Amino acid sequence: MAVTTPPAPTRPSRPTSTAGGTSTAAKLLRLNWIGGIAGWVWLVVGMLPIYWIVISSFKSQSNFFATNPLLPPDEWTLDSYRLVIESDFVRYFGNSVVVTVGAIVPAVLISFMAAFAIVRGGNGWFLRLSNSLFLMGLAIPLQAVIIPVYLIIIRLRLYDTLTAMILPSIAFAIPLSVLVLSNFIRDVPRELFESMRLDGCSEWGTMWRLAFPLTRPALVTVTIYNALGVWNNFLLPLILTQNPDRRTLPLALWTFQGQYGVNVPAVLASVVLTTLPILVFYAVGRRQLLSGLTAGFGK
Amino acid sequence: MSTLAPPVVKGTRSANSGGRSGSLGWLVLPALLFFVTFGVVPLFGVLFLSFTRWDGIGAIHPDGLNAWRSVLGDPQLLHSLGVTFLIMILSWLVQTPASLLLGTFLAGHQRYRGFLAVLYFIPLLLSSAAIAITWKALLDPNFGLGAGLGLSFLQQDWLGKDTLAVGVVVFIVSWQFIPFHSLIYQGGVRQIPRSIYEAAEIVGAGRLRQFFSITLPQLKYTIITSSTLMVVGSLTFFDLIFVLTAGGPGDATRVLALDMYKRGFMANLMGPASAIAVILVLVGLGIALGLRRLGGTDQTDSMLEGA
Repeated sequence: MAVTTPPAPTRPSRPTSTAGGTSTAAKLLRLNWIGGIAGWVWLVVGMLPIYWIVISSFKSQSNFFATNPLLPPDEWTLDSYRLVIESDFVRYFGNSVVVTVGAIVPAVLISFMAAFAIVRGGNGWFLRLSNSLFLMGLAIPLQAVIIPVYLIIIRLRLYDTLTAMILPSIAFAIPLSVLVLSNFIRDVPRELFESMRLDGCSEWGTMWRLAFPLTRPALVTVTIYNALGVWNNFLLPLILTQNPDRRTLPLALWTFQGQYGVNVPAVLASVVLTTLPILVFYAVGRRQLLSGLTAGFGK
Repeated sequence: MSTLAPPVVKGTRSANSGGRSGSLGWLVLPALLFFVTFGVVPLFGVLFLSFTRWDGIGAIHPDGLNAWRSVLGDPQLLHSLGVTFLIMILSWLVQTPASLLLGTFLAGHQRYRGFLAVLYFIPLLLSSAAIAITWKALLDPNFGLGAGLGLSFLQQDWLGKDTLAVGVVVFIVSWQFIPFHSLIYQGGVRQIPRSIYEAAEIVGAGRLRQFFSITLPQLKYTIITSSTLMVVGSLTFFDLIFVLTAGGPGDATRVLALDMYKRGFMANLMGPASAIAVILVLVGLGIALGLRRLGGTDQTDSMLEGA
């Protein structure tokens, strides 16, 4: 439910209210100019840097310093992109994909199992305690526990591996995933579970064949939200890796910046390349992503 | 948040039905294992480590209260706390009115607003590292926007002066997160029953009056939720500040999280760094609980029941 909140709820009531009288509708339009101005101002404030990143990344280095920063390049060039891709970008990209997929697939699956058990497993102390623990986990920031996490990773002899980033990412994806998924599973009509039981289906079968497909919107939301968090994570690679070969994209960005210094177009090209996959995701799964971003809070 | 009521009903219903399937406990185990190992154990671990001496590589030695003594006796801690709270308060003051305004605006169902919303949220997709790098280049006094446009007031050494640097951090944080909070307010505004506005219109209340007498009070819980996220989230502005200023100029933007990192992973003093991490957790919990109390007990109840 938390998941589906932001868009729909009051939509149906809207037409009736505007139909109440054209004068009312006109008044609403006329008087909302403060919000309107804010809306358009924010569009400029929010988009200008994005626009600037994109056009600047296509400028040559000399052109960047010579032209008006807000105008498109005189000559579009892919040099910066070529430079970034030659600087091992593909490897960092691969690392990011491995870490993100490697963390999110298991995280979502085990969170789903836990959420199912919490909703369907009755009122036993163990499940209640687990649920409280996960809820408490929402309040633990990764940074505050990064030193012990670092210690644990060293002791597991995982320092400087991709697994070192995957394991804590799974753990920190769990609390919100369980919260969102259990809210959603709770909305599945009880009669459906009953009929599965009458058909002789085990709880395990019910979980995968009934709850899993019905929970799909929430699963997508949770997946996208967590994937964004892992993809953009900076602290874990910073603390848990050392070898440049193990870098993920955000950390690579930071080192690119140190490496290229004044070659701003190259730095910006790396920003574009890093963000591109998420933008594609955004274009495809915008609704799920936006509801995911406020999952658990919008309600 | 006020709409958390429905789940409560459903919660009790499914709880009644679930009595017979008590054997599902093991399904929680994988999630529990991960979360306990990398969430709960480290939470106690950080407290434990704050009573030790450790350089991050060698052996860990018990060290009594020395780490705490050195942290609490160091004026740096007060400074970091001060900077943390300053950034927290300033970014709240900037973000809340702006998000409320934008959220109310976006709550309208006009098509173009939906389109604007799509664009607004793009900054949310970027990593903090990418955002910091972008703004650093944009604000560069010699090659950035100011120089390019010949606007001298933009041509300041933004990241080189104490007060300016703090202002820049607040501005960038707002740039990054106002869309997110607008989204929360958009959801909140859309849940306010239309009938209240219709009644207000019959009485002849103007748009502004409606905003202050209906929208704002109705959004009480949304404001508390959003503020909690803003304030507690501001304790974790690590990557942004790390990439943008690395705490500088001097220590002007050295927030708690950065202070912890510098002591722990740069000066190799894990004991004091852990003590700061403990302070970080306590500050966060304290604020979150305080804000929750502000929202009254009904919210706490429904939060737990709904989840």
